[in-house]
Amino acid sequence: MNPSTRSRWSLRIVALGYLAVLVAVPVLMIVWRTFQHGLGGFVQSISTPAAVSATRLSLLILAIVVPLNIVFGVVTALVLVRTTVPGRGLIQAAVDLPFAISPVVIGVSLILLWGVDGWFGLFPRHNIPVVFAFPGMVLATLFVTLPFVVREVEPVLRELGTEQEQAAATLGATNWQSFWRITLPGLRWGLTYGVILTLARALGEFGAVIMVSSGIAGRSQTLTLLVNSRYTDAHNLPGTYAASTLLMGIALIALVLMTLINRKGAAQ
Amino acid sequence: MGLWLSLIVLLPLAALAVTSTTKGWSGFLDAVTAPAALSALGVTVGLALLVAVANVIMGTLLAWVLVRDDFPGKGVADALIDLPFALPTIVASVVLLSLYGPDSPVGVHLNATRPGVMLALAFVTLPFVVRAVQPVLKEADVAAEEAAASLGAGNFTIARRVVVPMLAPAIVSGAGLAFARAIGEYGSVVLIGGNIPRHTQLASQYIQQQIEVDRPVNAAAVSVLLLLIAVLSLLVLRLATARLLRRGAEQ
Repeated sequence: MNPSTRSRWSLRIVALGYLAVLVAVPVLMIVWRTFQHGLGGFVQSISTPAAVSATRLSLLILAIVVPLNIVFGVVTALVLVRTTVPGRGLIQAAVDLPFAISPVVIGVSLILLWGVDGWFGLFPRHNIPVVFAFPGMVLATLFVTLPFVVREVEPVLRELGTEQEQAAATLGATNWQSFWRITLPGLRWGLTYGVILTLARALGEFGAVIMVSSGIAGRSQTLTLLVNSRYTDAHNLPGTYAASTLLMGIALIALVLMTLINRKGAAQ
Repeated sequence: MGLWLSLIVLLPLAALAVTSTTKGWSGFLDAVTAPAALSALGVTVGLALLVAVANVIMGTLLAWVLVRDDFPGKGVADALIDLPFALPTIVASVVLLSLYGPDSPVGVHLNATRPGVMLALAFVTLPFVVRAVQPVLKEADVAAEEAAASLGAGNFTIARRVVVPMLAPAIVSGAGLAFARAIGEYGSVVLIGGNIPRHTQLASQYIQQQIEVDRPVNAAAVSVLLLLIAVLSLLVLRLATARLLRRGAEQ
């Protein structure tokens, strides 16, 4: 297909116009609105006590979710690639499930399992609150981020093969040694990619987390909940834009890192 | 590992499924056929279908322009496609509101309207079709297109007879993923949608509301239905893609 210069231009204008109206202009708009009165207002907005505590809570959730996902992700990928346990198809499907489920539905199912009337209601009945408290927010984030590490590590593991591990075994390495010295280093880029996806999603999750949070400013608000409450409850537009720009900056860093890792992978 | 998977994902979903039928099959039916529930589901599926169609057209066009065309700033345009996936959904809402909200600098007010909801859904689903079609177009052999051209086929004929059939599996698969994502969407529509019952309220917002007014069985029933629609559409999509691929291979 080799359209004339004129139709090539019109296709280009329509496509890029759509991209501009939908993504580029709105994103630039919010950056401009954040910084139109200088950097001072932005810094002030993201260092209020509520903002600092939201950042701290978001980071705390990350600190719990990321290591758990690394362990679960690597183990699951090993099971899926290296073993022949029956029901691997089912495990695959269950791992992908969080991608197909609405965040709100995830929140509802956590409430129904861990709430006072739920199957695990004995925890809240004995004064160990789960939903509408910090553990619920961690559980919600774990649910939505579960597929990422598995999905990124699995293909790398398949590609890696077992030759080097077998060589190590013939040289007398134990399974443990060959896992730490050969398998894990071989997985590093896939694992890093999965961790970045997990970080970005965990930091940005909103629907599932707001369902199971009590949403009290300064105590149970993550950064995304802060954006929502500044807009809806406080009608604090500059504060909303500042917190959004902060999250957007982090998302951009994640994107750049992912591109760099992809290039590295392509180069190898 | 199985235990972890059960604790995090499967048990909550089992609790959801069981709760949705605690008032029996008729209770489930009552919950999902309540007028407000039906209209929320109708609005959700309707808008998600429209957004999927918009993605088919604009996503394919964007992929074509990004692969076959050349212009300064192409790298930036290509990188922008991934932004909606990287951006938290609530930020997507704020970003769109800053341009199309109450204090829009261009005088476009889409908050609490269906076009506003569609805009948010189109924003978060943008990458699906583009990223599905791009690699196929890159790998594609231009020989077939050149042969068609040398036989006198016009650009429109080549697009219809050669390019679109070749891209069809990727387009369908991308559009299906976009649809599945759109019907469950919450964060990006929560601020711009307005949550007006029977107008802009989506199924996810209806479910959230049912939890707030303490009707967990209703929330669970609509959740199960929403989940079934998503899983079913992904299944149909997989079959359709496989069929299109087979047909392509036969030709």
